[in-house]
Formats: sequence, structure tokens, C-alpha cells
Amino acid sequence: MTDTISVNGQQHTLPSDPRTSLLDFLRHDLGLTGTKKGCDHGQCGACTVIVNGIRINSCLTLAAMHDGDEVTTIEGLGTPDNPSALQKAFLEHDGFQCGYCTPGQICSATAMLQEIANNWPSDASESLEGEMAATGEEIRERMSGNLCRCGAYANIVAAISEVAEESA
Amino acid sequence: MRPFSYSRARTLGDAAQLTHDDTALAIAGGTNLLDLMKLQVETPETLADISRIGFGGIEDTDDGGLSIGALASNTETAVHPRVRSDYPVLARAILAGATQQLRNKATTGGNLCQRTRCFYFTNIDQPCNKREPGSGCGAIDGIAKLHAVLGTSDQCIATYPGDMAVALSALDAQVEIAKSGGDTRTVPVRDFHCLPGDTPWRENVLEEGELITAVTLPAPVGGTQIYRKVRERSSYAFALVSVAAVVEIEDGKFTRADLAFGGLAHKPWQDPRIGEALMGKVPSDDLFDKAADILLEDARGFGENDFKIPLARRTLHAVLQNATEAAA
Repeated sequence: MTDTISVNGQQHTLPSDPRTSLLDFLRHDLGLTGTKKGCDHGQCGACTVIVNGIRINSCLTLAAMHDGDEVTTIEGLGTPDNPSALQKAFLEHDGFQCGYCTPGQICSATAMLQEIANNWPSDASESLEGEMAATGEEIRERMSGNLCRCGAYANIVAAISEVAEESA
Repeated sequence: MRPFSYSRARTLGDAAQLTHDDTALAIAGGTNLLDLMKLQVETPETLADISRIGFGGIEDTDDGGLSIGALASNTETAVHPRVRSDYPVLARAILAGATQQLRNKATTGGNLCQRTRCFYFTNIDQPCNKREPGSGCGAIDGIAKLHAVLGTSDQCIATYPGDMAVALSALDAQVEIAKSGGDTRTVPVRDFHCLPGDTPWRENVLEEGELITAVTLPAPVGGTQIYRKVRERSSYAFALVSVAAVVEIEDGKFTRADLAFGGLAHKPWQDPRIGEALMGKVPSDDLFDKAADILLEDARGFGENDFKIPLARRTLHAVLQNATEAAA
């Protein structure tokens, strides 16, 4: 039986070399170069993708371990003609400069808004229980796994805040 | 990354079989192991994928405690309703560590077994008695800002980097271990990690062919629960010093003072004399200082990390002060 993985709704066969990270599989084998390789050690978040609804660092997981999983990359969130709410907000708020961290930022923020909707607490949450809100402080803490070397953080927070308010 | 063969375990028995060999390693979340494999600090010939053998559940125990499966993700543990309400120091400790992306993959068992972040350990061009026994310790006269001030040896001054195990120690949790023959054993979290001594490569008591299956928390004790983590930036950094505290004050006196410390040693640090010194006493600055004197009696800095000694004193003081205010 062949091991398969679903990426943005399409089935693919998993790679034969077990060393292939999910990140390299997406970029090299599938040509989905939206997902970026920054540090390749889980420190920068440029490689963030959504697997079974959960955001992870695709550089720190083997593609071979994802038999049957459903992956969403930046290409699966929207297109230039039909961008997602976050993709649109990043454009409107100038939430980037060089753009290299942006796909990871947007995948991460997409899953983060769902985590807040689930009322999952963060280190910045006053209480561990009850309703969670997408305050600036919460967004900064929850997005701390996504670095931006251009320092576009203020605009990134503004873009995410706008979408959080719209969906609240 | 060096080539390796990959096998997927379907059962605990498979997993024990596949890892019963010193050239094989188990992989679950992989966030620490794959990082170390890219650096060639770890070079297993076989990786046994144990991520789909079950053991991911979080369940109530018969005595009112909670069993957290070895493969439950750190996120699943931190957001579990009972962890949030009954063991808040554990939820806080987990949320204070790493990033959401990493916590989503990291598991209970893997978190306990994570390796030190000592720069000499993670750089194969540097000497390290932990990675390459007999090669020396670069940190003792080198870059030692993150390093230990308690329980060190002349072989190794690395710290255990995690937060979760510090809270689990304060909560008196137990590690459930399965042996390859089907036997099981239970080890308190506080005895799970080792001090470096003359065997710095041995970081915990797991033997070959043994796997963690769960961590069990006793019935909740309530009290004021605090996890205070001091780090160089406000998110995504390892602890310089951390304190996990489960404290109760009744009629103005300490009736419970279960404390554990991170960032100070090769394991979550506990000293039962600290709790004994606090119990039955009225909270005061003098009493908090006495507790810190006990904690730091044998503390020794290595230059760059000398600051951890006064920092640990102040952090313990602050936590006891906060607990006292919360109980008032």
C-alpha cells in the first residue's frame, strides 16, 4: 500500500528518502515554493504550514510521518485573484517588507485565529479559562514563533487584529 | 542529515522491539530530535516512528488524578480543561515554553527526554563530555550564560532546558514506563532526570528498550499555583531561572510549599528542606531569604552565569511574595 498525503486537497505519494522533511517535500517534490526555508531548525517560523488544522514547523517533521494527513500551505489559503481575509489584510496594512516570512506568518495567523476561537489560553492570557480575545498582547505572544527580520511586526499585528475583529 | 532507515511502529510492542538497540531511536513529535539530527549530534541508524501507537489520551485516574499519555501534544495537555482548572501550574509552565507551532508537535514523553541546549553539546566541532565522552567540557571555561549553578560536576555544567517537567516535579507526578518484555515501572518525575556526575551522557533513568507511556498526576491539591519564568526575552526563550510553586497558606501560615526550579541544574531542582523550612511559618522577607539560603547553599557560578544565583534568590522571593498575596 502506498503512503499518501493530501496537500491543498490534492493527493500525493510520500517521498522514498525518509530524510525528506515535510518542508523539502512541499518545495522540491511538489514545487509549492510559497512555504519558505528560513533557519531549518524551528526557530523562525517561515516554514509554518497547517496539518490537520494545526500549525506546525514543516522543517522539523519528516514527510514520511504524514501518511494520510491533510496539509494546507499558503497556496491553499487563497490566490492572487481570491485572497483569504488575512492575505488581503497583510496587503492593506503593508504587513511585510521583503515578504520572505509572510507565507509562514499568514499560515500561522490563520491557525492562531482558530486557537483563539477555541478559547485556548496563551502565556499572555490573564486567566487560563473563559473566553480568549485577540488583543495586541495576545497576538504578539501567540505569533512569537514567526520572526520578521525586516521588523514589520507593527503592521503584521495590525493586519491580524483587523481580521480578528471582523471575525469576532 | 545522515541516512537512516525508517520504520513505523503500530503497537507498543513494535516500538519496544524497534528501539531495543543502541543505534535506534524513537521519534514522535521530532522537534528536538530532527533538529539534533540535522546538526549530526544525533546519528541514529534506525528511526522508529512511535507517533501512531496510541498513548495519546488524557484521562481521569481512579483516585481523582489525571493520566497524560506520552504522545499527547504539549498543546493538548495545556488546553485540557482539567489541566487548566486543577493543575494550572502545569498549563502555565507548558505555555511559557517554545512556540505554538512547537507545542503542537512536542509530546509529553519527548518533552521529558529533550536534550540540553548547551552550545557545546549542539556544536559537533566543540568538546562535550555529554556528546563525546572524554572530549572535555567547553562550557566550564567558556560561554556559560545558560548553564547550571547547582548539582554540576567537573564533567558537565549543562542544564535541563524544559519547563513542563519543573511543574510536574512540583506536582509530584509519576512517569509510567514500559519495558520491552511487557513489564512496567513507575518513577517519580523528580527522580527521572540525572545529575551529570561522571556520566553526563546519561540524562535520565530510561534503559534501552524502555519507553514512557504516560505521566500521572495525583489528585489535585488546589492551593495557589504559580509558574514564574525569567528569560532574556518575553517569549520563545529558555529559562534562565524558573520556579514552579504549589503553595497553601492557612491561618497566616504555610501549610503547603511544594517548589521546583528550572534553569539551575541538569534536572528540575528540588530540595525538600526548603518546604520544611517554610511549613508552619508566617510568611516574611526573612523567611523567604532563609528559603533562598537553603536553595543556594551549594550554588556555584562559572563566570557568565554567576548572575543566576542572585536571580534565583529574587525569583523565589517574588514567587513566595505573590503566593502570600494571593492567599490573603
